[in-house]
Order: sequence, then structure tokens, then C-alpha cells
Amino acid sequence: MSTIILRRLLQAIPVLFIVVSLTFLLVRMAPGNPFSTEKKIAPEILAELENQYDLHGSIRHQYEQYLWKLVHGNMGISIRYLNRSVNEIIEQSLPVSMVLGSVAYLLALTSGIAMGGWAAIRHNEWGDRGIMLFALLGISIPSFVLAPLAVMIVALEWNLLPAYGWGSLDQIILPAICLAIPFAAAIARLTRGSLLEVLKLDFVRTARAKGLSEDKVLFRHALKVAILPLIGYSGPAAAGILTGSIVIETLFGIPGIGRFFVNSALNRDPFMTSGVVLVFSSFLILFNLLADILYFVVDRRVKLE
Amino acid sequence: MNASPASRRRSTSLLLPFAGLAGALVLFLAFFYFFGGWSLSEPVDLTLCNGDEPQSLDPAIVTGQLEGRICLALFQGLTTRNAKGDIIPGIAESWEITPDGLTYTFHLRPDAKWSNGDPLTADDFLNSWERVLNPHTTSEYSYQLFYLVNGEAYGTGKITDFSQVGVKVPDAHTLVVTLNHPTAYFLELASLQTLCPVHLPTVKKFGNAWTKPGNIVSNGPYVLKEWRLNDYIMVESNPNYWGKVPIHRIKVLPTNNATACFNLFYSGKTDLVIDKSSIPPQLVPDLKGESYFHANPFGATMFVRYNVKRKPFDDPRVRKALALALKKDDIVQKITRAGEPVANNLVPPGSVGYTPPQGLRYNPELARQLLADAGYPGGKGFPDMNLLYPICVTGEKVATEMQALWRRELGITSIHLRGQEWKVYLNTQQLIDFDLEISSWVGDYNDPQTFLDMFVTDGGNNETGWGNPEYDQMLKTSEGTPDPAQRMQILQNMEKMLVEDEVPIVPVYFWVGMSLYHPEKLGGFEPNIVDDHRWNEFYIPEKKP
Repeated sequence: MSTIILRRLLQAIPVLFIVVSLTFLLVRMAPGNPFSTEKKIAPEILAELENQYDLHGSIRHQYEQYLWKLVHGNMGISIRYLNRSVNEIIEQSLPVSMVLGSVAYLLALTSGIAMGGWAAIRHNEWGDRGIMLFALLGISIPSFVLAPLAVMIVALEWNLLPAYGWGSLDQIILPAICLAIPFAAAIARLTRGSLLEVLKLDFVRTARAKGLSEDKVLFRHALKVAILPLIGYSGPAAAGILTGSIVIETLFGIPGIGRFFVNSALNRDPFMTSGVVLVFSSFLILFNLLADILYFVVDRRVKLE
Repeated sequence: MNASPASRRRSTSLLLPFAGLAGALVLFLAFFYFFGGWSLSEPVDLTLCNGDEPQSLDPAIVTGQLEGRICLALFQGLTTRNAKGDIIPGIAESWEITPDGLTYTFHLRPDAKWSNGDPLTADDFLNSWERVLNPHTTSEYSYQLFYLVNGEAYGTGKITDFSQVGVKVPDAHTLVVTLNHPTAYFLELASLQTLCPVHLPTVKKFGNAWTKPGNIVSNGPYVLKEWRLNDYIMVESNPNYWGKVPIHRIKVLPTNNATACFNLFYSGKTDLVIDKSSIPPQLVPDLKGESYFHANPFGATMFVRYNVKRKPFDDPRVRKALALALKKDDIVQKITRAGEPVANNLVPPGSVGYTPPQGLRYNPELARQLLADAGYPGGKGFPDMNLLYPICVTGEKVATEMQALWRRELGITSIHLRGQEWKVYLNTQQLIDFDLEISSWVGDYNDPQTFLDMFVTDGGNNETGWGNPEYDQMLKTSEGTPDPAQRMQILQNMEKMLVEDEVPIVPVYFWVGMSLYHPEKLGGFEPNIVDDHRWNEFYIPEKKP
């Protein structure tokens, strides 16, 4: 199995190379200049800036310069945050997003499975309908509506939790919940659907017929099988949730990496954009691989490759 | 017996995942506690929202207002400003100006020091100014020193000998500056961050990282203690500063979301919201009556640029017609709504000794007449034109309103909206690749020149394609005129040409500065036209018994 994992990791290199190349080239070719401001910059200064950032000459030359730096582990200097390298910015902001994302991810996974399981057992009863209504709303209400509403009610009306900031325990709760809700809703729907299918299968009937308690039927047998489709979903979801969300981070003032995905592209900052895209794609590849391994471990019918 | 089948099939032990959740959460919060950048908050005397994450804190590099505010807390130039915005002595305790207005002799405070205790001398200014002008520093504001003799030549690399530039150090506490021509606002320039001294041994030692906490050495009222990207900046009063600093520790939040800023203020988590962009525009009408809402005139103008190289805007009659048809009251009353004064001229009110020209007032009859004379009666035959605007809340609404006004007053139905995101918009503007566009200009200092010198022929910020040798000549003459009244008269004539006769631009409204703070909790924040509020002027008012 380790050779297979190694092979998959080696395969990731060309994928990341293509992704990062496309990002860099697209940002450089998009209209707009990273250095432009409201006031025109003197040509000598602009030339010096382009020189210092290795953004002079043909795009091919710039691209080669960037790749050369990248091979040496240097993702360049940010153009928006002048005194910081992209490496440094990612080092500072990624752990913040990952902490928030982990809390939200666990919240989503556990509450999603619990809600889905509950709904499946109470199929077509009020509990089921209630949960499915929640799930529908959770998936369809975008975070830029949900988060301000939560702030308005929980933080400003009830004064329960802080509306903004990062650094203390209570500041993590509201953003984590807002970040978790859409994922929890999706997981609840997936679990419910899958569990309903599984509960109809023969082996569940056999287990019941053998006189196992309903708890054992559910946890030891049914849920183990019903969870399989979730693994496929939760890999990419983990990559998404751990690398932050621009809406949540901007609104709650969280110094994470999520806001750079949009802002660095708007700033036409090729190094920052390529850097965060590189991080996200690595996460995506890694978590998909983890999901595949998990499939293999949980379901013996699955073979890697 | 067993329970009934229905209840048997209902498991209530789905609590297991919840238990797992609780355990995992505790684990992760513990992880966060130890590794997640946890800081037990020290008591902060003042928290303020500053607009956005600063691009840099190097005073030679920064150009934005929000960066400037922090830089001017950390650094101080020869002059500074009081709460009212007046120029007062800074590191220079006094100065003399020769009668021709060309030579300034600054006498530095003998007790001025750097935050590390090093004495601050005139050489520090000389070397820092060399650094600003040196093209390798990439200072976009280096032109603030082009007023010095040979400043421009050195800044553009035409000469490489800095001793030819008009700044000399006769002794450690005297700085003599020689200007190209009398510059009435040079003392204002001397208070800008670009002209502040930097501690060159520190810059040399740390290179790009010299502005980081721990490395930075500064000479202003505050020193930098912490700087966490997109999180906060902490500054503390500088024990080596020559003057008094009433508020000891200030926390600066780089919040770029107006709603979040307002939430912070509303829930009492911040004491001051400085930047106008940090106040949600849709809330402004409701906030206007509140005691914590403060609006003040501010030296910036929103205006329309025509591309005079494109038909039909090459015809001054068309340009005038569109200007006369613009009912600017509608725009400030319906859209911006913060009490912006309507602008019929470009230079904002508040420049001492300057009387602006009348400009073109709303006059739809004359507008229709002019448009008919130009060959488009009732807007018929008017070609398809795009109105360029930057995509933001106000930009889009103002553009839509203008389009509607021109349709209603002139019958022009062929002006279309063309929104572009900020960087693309700037690019289009610099290439003059638009028909007409919405734009703004914020004055660098309080003098009409900062608005009027934009429109010299082929000027870097002209961006209309318009030019008039007479206008260029008037600017030259004004620069060589030592008599302030005479100079203001020339500037007035220039502006008259700009907004009444040739009209390559249409001023629409003057910005207002907005801020949120409780006057009983914060003193020393006074409205001023330059919207420049030095933090060492702030104080906490005594509580009334």
C-alpha cells in the first residue's frame, strides 16, 4: 500500500505544477497591473518595482523566474503586503484557518451524522421533516446572509458572543458554527439517504433477527456501511473548510488565509494568488488521498488503484 | 417482554457522536490555546478601526491614508499638525524662510531622539531624503521632494551626486532646504510621512524586514509593539519622544469590512472608527442624528472625466451640456447621503485665501440648447458611450443615477454603464481607454495646486487627453509668484478654464470625512479639512462627577 501512496504523491507533482503555472500565467495576463494605484507611478519607479519583483520582460521570462524561485521553496514577495514574503503570510494565516476549520469540520461531521442518523430512524416523522428542512435551509442560505444574521442576533441583540476578532475562546464559536452549517446540512442529507438504503438491506434484517439490540444494529453494522458515501464527500470538504472562507474571515475579522483567495486575485498579485492556490490544491490532493485510504480501510471491497 | 417494535427501532444513543464532538473540541481548543497565536490581552487604552491592513509601514513607501495614519504615529517630520490640522513645529522647533520663499532653515530640537535612544540629527533627515529620492527605494511619493533644487533630477536618475540636491546640513541640528520656486505649502509637505526621517542603520541591518516589531526604530510619539497580519497592530507611547503622549497603548484593527467595523463600535469593542470607508453607506442617513457620528468637510472631490480625444466629447459644447444637465443635488441627497456639498468646481473649500470660480450650475435649458447646437437635439443621434466606474457600492449607484439624469434632462439614451473591478478600472483610466468615467481625487496637502496641477498637458494624472498651453503657462507663472494673493488669482483663472470654459471634467461633489466615536470618551479628535488626526493629540476626557 505504501508504494501506492508514494505513487499517488508523485503524481501530485505534475498536477500542482500545471495548477500553479496556469494561475500565475492567468493572473499576469489578466487586465490590470499589480502596481497601479490612483496616482500614476513615475516610469523609473515602475521599472524598478518590476525589476525588484522579477516582473519585467516577457511573461515567459517572468514565469521562468517564478518557477525557479518556487523550486527553491520561495513563493515570492507579496505585492500587496510589501514587507512580507508569501511564505511568511501563509505560515501566519494558514494555522489560524486550520484551527477554525478543524473545529467547524468536527462540528459539521458529528452533528451532520447525528442529524442524518436521527432523521433516517424517524423516517417521514416530524423529526425527519424538521431536520430535512434545516438541512435544506443550511445548504441554500449563503454564508454572506447567514453570518451577518448570526452576528446581528447572537452578538448584537443577545450580547452572548463577541461579533468580531480572534484570540480568545469565545471568538471561535460563532464563526465556527457559521462555517460548519452548510457542511453539516450536506452531511446530514447524505447520511440520511445512505442509512435509509442500508437499513433495508438483508444483513440488517439478519442482525435484527439474531436479536441484536437496535443500538448494535445501528452502530456496529448499519452506520459502518452507510458512512461510505460520506468519505467521498468529506475529503474535498475538509480541504475547503480548512483553508478558510473569505466571507466568514472578513466578517468576523479572522486573520486566516481564506480572504487571500479572492483579494490577492483582485490585487493582481501573482505570487500571493499562486501561493494560496498551491496550498489549496495540495490540501485537495492530500485529503482525496486520505479519503481513498479510508475507503480502503473501511470497505474491504475497495482496492487502491 | 420487549418494548413495542416501534419504540424498539428507535435508538436514542445517537448521542455518541456528540460525545466525540465534545472531546475533539476540547482537544482542539487546547491545541489552539498553545499553538494558535494566543495572546492574553494586555489592557489597551484605545482601540481604533483603521480601514484595512496596511500595505507597509515604511514612511518612504506608503501612499495611502490608512498607512499614513500609522506611519505618522510612529514617525515625525520637521513639522506636524495639531488637532485642528494646523501646521506646528515637530522635530524642528523653529525655522526661518528667506523673503524670496526659496530657502528654509530648520532648527531641530536638541533633545530629539530615536526610540532606541540615539540622538536625532539633521543628517538623519538628509540621508532619509536621499533614500526617498533614490529610485531603488521605489518610493511612489518621491515627487514630494521634487520641489527641492535638483530633487527631480536625482529622483529620476539624471544626476547621481546627492550633494547637488538642495538640502544641506551646516551643523547637527540645522537643516537648510533650497527650493526650485517659492512653494507656499512646503511646511505642509514637511509634515507628510514621506519626508519623515528613518533610522538608516536599522534599514541597512534588516533590509525589507526593518519595519517589523522588534526591528523598527522610530522617532514619533509611538513605537510599534506588535503587528499581526490582518489581526491587529499594537503601538505604545515612545518614552524617548520629546513631547507628551496622553494615551499610552493603542490597538489598531485592520478591519476592511464596513459592517464588521460598525458591529465592533456598536458592541463597544472599539472606541474610534476613523476611515469613511469603514462606515456602511446605507446606515449613514440613520446615523446622522447620533451623537457619536461625526462628519467633516474633507479635501477630496468626486468628478467625471471626459475623454476629449473621442467624439462627441471633443466638442466643448457637449461636455458643457452634460455638465449643466447633471442635477448634483439628486446624487448627494439620494445616494451618498452623508451631507456631501455639491461641487461646481474642483478645489474643495477650505484653502486659505483661495476663492474658487462659480463653475457650471444646474441649467437644463442651456444644456439642451448646447446639445442641440452641437448637433444632437433632444439627444437624437448621440453615439453609444460607456460610462466607466469602479465596482463598489457607491460607484455603481452614482453611475446609474447619472445615466438616468442625462436621459431625463437631455434625452440621451445611448450612455451605457461599464463597471470594472478596481485594478482594471485604474488600468483603463491610465490608458485613457474610456468615453467618460467617474473618478475622485484626494488632495495631498491643503492647497489648490494639488488639484490643479493634475491637468497640465500630458500630466501623469491628467487622463482626459485634454491640454491647453495657456493652462500650463499659468501653472508655471503661479509657481514663480511669491505673493500669495497674486498666486491664488492665477490658480483661480486656471480653475475657471478647467470647470467653466473648456470642461474636460465635471466636479460632482466634495467628500466628507466620517468618523464614529463618543465625545465623552475620546477627546482631541477634531474635524479638519486635511482629515489628519495625530494620535498624540488624543486624550481620554476626565469623567464629570
